[in-house]
Amino acid sequence: MAISENTWVVLSGQFRFQWEEAQQCYVLLYPEGMVQLNPSAGEILSRCQQQTTIADVISDLQNSFVEADPKALAADVVEFIHEANDQGWLDLKN
Amino acid sequence: MADSITIASDQQQSIPLWLLAELSYSCPLQCSYCSNPINYPQTRAAELSTEEWKTVFKDARKLGAVQLGLSGGEPLVRPDLEELIAEARSLGFYSNLITSAIGADAARLAAIHEAGLDHIQISFQGSNQDVNDHFAGTKSFHHKVLMANEAKKLGFPMVLNFVLHRQNIHQIGDMLKLAEELKADFVELANSQYYGWALKNIDALLPSRQQLLDAEAITNDFRKRHRGNMDVIFVVPDYYENRPKACCNGWATTFLTVTPNGNVQPCQSAQELPGLELPNVREQSLEWAWRESPLFNAFRGTDWMPEPCRSCPEKEQDLGGCRCQAYLLTGDAFATDPVCDLSPKHSIIENAVAKAQNIADLNIDGFGYDIDSAPVKPLLFRNPKNAKLLSKK
Repeated sequence: MAISENTWVVLSGQFRFQWEEAQQCYVLLYPEGMVQLNPSAGEILSRCQQQTTIADVISDLQNSFVEADPKALAADVVEFIHEANDQGWLDLKN
Repeated sequence: MADSITIASDQQQSIPLWLLAELSYSCPLQCSYCSNPINYPQTRAAELSTEEWKTVFKDARKLGAVQLGLSGGEPLVRPDLEELIAEARSLGFYSNLITSAIGADAARLAAIHEAGLDHIQISFQGSNQDVNDHFAGTKSFHHKVLMANEAKKLGFPMVLNFVLHRQNIHQIGDMLKLAEELKADFVELANSQYYGWALKNIDALLPSRQQLLDAEAITNDFRKRHRGNMDVIFVVPDYYENRPKACCNGWATTFLTVTPNGNVQPCQSAQELPGLELPNVREQSLEWAWRESPLFNAFRGTDWMPEPCRSCPEKEQDLGGCRCQAYLLTGDAFATDPVCDLSPKHSIIENAVAKAQNIADLNIDGFGYDIDSAPVKPLLFRNPKNAKLLSKK
């Protein structure tokens, strides 16, 4: 499906998202498995735990990271959403 | 963003991500390939209490464990299972129940769901009642099907695990169909590996090369025709590989096992290794066991390796393979895992594999198996009587 900033996104119910103190990173947990997320991936997915639009994720991140270039940040988010969707981590809806 | 996703196998070595809690060695099934020790009945009297397990969970979580396997034997034999699941959930574990489903009913599964279990793995010993119940050693097929249906009704992610061997591998097509009907999210078609009980029964269990090729072909065909929501893993017996797997992802790097009586081990078979004292949670802390114990440090890294592993360019990949397999087959826990074709003892594996090519014992006509005609090599089922018998040898 076509992904735009108006697309609704939420973490798939197959995964649990949480901060792991011992690993100092966010992780995705699934049957007998785990994915370690780097800081940007963690920040994005932490904003997808309830259903939201990609636009809202972007603006929330822009507010949290004011020093980042807003256009580059927006492009990075959309690119990551594509990757995360390919991995099956997300439920998307237009 | 290209590096935004990293996978757990690059994990630094100091965190035991996976805790396997073997809650009891009691089990209503009698699988002849069970990974429990041959002398398992001896631990019966000394099982850890509810509070002791809660302490294990707490301490493991502090070390960084995040995946919890609730296993055994059969974890459902523990009346405190729901309480332990709730404790695990409150600590932030992702919990996996590894079960035969015998010992549960709809109400119990609902209670387990309520307690916060994340995922359930149900074993099947065959694709139909005749074969399943024969190898399970007990009437269980219909109940497993009922419980699988209940599990999906409750919304559990569900893995179905089929242990494969020469006497049931012909059912693989029907196993996949069954898994689909039961709406499994993942299917593990796991060829038996050969330790403990399985090693004693290897003549009756190790498949032939042709059986494996046929099974793999059926699996691949299924995957092509069903590009769907069910992931299928097919695991080959180690004996048919020419390089070993890194022992539990690397000895004492990722996995931590606690046995029913509180022994702390890097893997399920480590009690077989000679001369290494097993830490126990009643005597030492889990942290000491993981970080400092001679057992856990015995084979970490590569400094312990003799030749040919020591100079091998691949040593960082497979870390010399499995210590328990090396000990069981060569008598030397430091030896190269004989699965590796660079091992000077690789002929042990070649001989076992050669023996498995003759399938005359299976009464197989083409690809069918006649369950009523007893195979020439009988199975030793896992039960206290046979445990006694084998321990005397």
